Amino acid sequence: MKVLVPVKRVIDYNMKAKVKSDGSGVDLANVKMSMNPFDEIAVEEAIRLREVGKAEEIVAVSVGVKQAQETLRTALAMGADRAILVIASDDVHTDIEPLAVAKILKAIVDEQQPGLVLCGKQAIDNDMNATGQMLSALLGWSQATFASELSVDGDSAVVTREVDGGLQTIKVKIPAVVTVDLRLNEPRYASLPNIMKAKKKPLDEKTAADLGVDVAPRLEIVKTSEPAARQAGEMVPDVDTLVAKLKEKGLV
Amino acid sequence: MAVLLLAEVNDGALSMDATAKAVSAAKALGDVTVLCAGGSAAAAGAEAATIEGVAKVLVAEDAGLSHRLAEATADLIVSLAGDYEHIVAPATTDAKNVMPRVAALLDVMVLSDVSGVVDASTFERPIYAGNAIQTVKTGDAKKVITFRTSTFDAAGTGNSAPVETIGGASSDLSSWVEDKVAVSDRPELTSAGIVVSGGRGVGSEEDFKIIEALADKLGAAMGASRAAVDSGYAPNDWQVGQTGKVVAPDLYIAVGISGAIQHLAGMKDSKVIVAINKDEEAPIFQVADYGLVADLFTAVPELTEKL
Repeated sequence: MKVLVPVKRVIDYNMKAKVKSDGSGVDLANVKMSMNPFDEIAVEEAIRLREVGKAEEIVAVSVGVKQAQETLRTALAMGADRAILVIASDDVHTDIEPLAVAKILKAIVDEQQPGLVLCGKQAIDNDMNATGQMLSALLGWSQATFASELSVDGDSAVVTREVDGGLQTIKVKIPAVVTVDLRLNEPRYASLPNIMKAKKKPLDEKTAADLGVDVAPRLEIVKTSEPAARQAGEMVPDVDTLVAKLKEKGLV
Repeated sequence: MAVLLLAEVNDGALSMDATAKAVSAAKALGDVTVLCAGGSAAAAGAEAATIEGVAKVLVAEDAGLSHRLAEATADLIVSLAGDYEHIVAPATTDAKNVMPRVAALLDVMVLSDVSGVVDASTFERPIYAGNAIQTVKTGDAKKVITFRTSTFDAAGTGNSAPVETIGGASSDLSSWVEDKVAVSDRPELTSAGIVVSGGRGVGSEEDFKIIEALADKLGAAMGASRAAVDSGYAPNDWQVGQTGKVVAPDLYIAVGISGAIQHLAGMKDSKVIVAINKDEEAPIFQVADYGLVADLFTAVPELTEKL
């Protein structure tokens, strides 16, 4: 079985996003960019499936700007076999919407015929939590979101999902789209030899236009603003003072 | 124009808090029809009919709709979509599973975790773990939205909207195997008035009992940081943060939590924040109303005793 893993280039999770003073968005110029942390977990899971003989080939895909090549090289260094970059914008500040990304991924799936698409449950930039579900819908496939455990057996997969009340386990028919949550695994670091090897692995480039997908946004960004800041509080010297303060406020 | 609102129904029971908050967010958009779908949903439908601002309730009962499997639930919503301009739900894990699928089937974008309604096409939503608020105007004819419940007050009850039973839906793409749902006498995390959360600093699952004793003294819900959940100190359904639950209680007590951006995203709208941490440099103190630099193993039992 072939496994397709979409990966997104996003602001590094340790960086604090800064809103541009003109309200046009978040400043991404000269900011460290990395693979979306959830997508790293998806890449890792695909590699583990290959290690236990459930997957033959891992194809990493990224949709975005040319610089997403670096993100794909990271996936290749972790262990993906080859990569496809779909260039959909030349501006690092343009976020391709999940619906357009899902349409591009559908075109890639039609071409590559994977049995499983493993993707992160959400990207830490737009926090939309949508692409996997949308791709599954467009393909008419089954979906299992927020996976914390995955086992593939023949033509089905059993997935434990992190939900509001606890955990839910479902069985989905393959082909399926599975979106992964934090507790599924701990992604490996790429070793230096593997980083070197990754430079020689195949990386195909296409454009959204090659795939016939219109990436024009459906949402117009009116403005981007800073959230309301919290008022600075006070430090209390001991538990007694804390209790007194909370009682004074009628909180306890 | 009309709004279709997917109610939060689990095992036949309505989640009143999440549903009533979504109704309050949706009321301004038009007449709200609430859809209660599930293997059994009639009782949930009767309860949803009491929410102020609800014009009508639709009840769809079908074994194929039990456990809120995304494929069948999305198909049902799409079959009803023709009559509605807005299709909305509270931003629960169930709705986040289903609504993007609905949107893609309708060839429209989804708007997840909406925290403010500007007008019928313009909405505010947090991005970058809440470090920015984006105002977006959708050009889509149908708007598919999940509402961040912590930013809306629950609509009241006392209404008696008409209830109509409709046909169900099913799909053979996926099937339910089992649920592992934690049973707790504590209030529900996303609707509790007080939340007590523990972080990595608590150190072990065993030591979380110290935090739980404080929560129980206060009648509070339990929360945890991602680090604590990842370390196995606390179950996943306690996680507060960018990718866990978003809470805004009257009082949030953060114990042994450093205050990573990802955690602050889930609790910084709390009315009063108390932080207890032995590291005076911990970023949590920058958002706390009351900060106490102390060893949690002595301070928390003392606090539990003195409250």
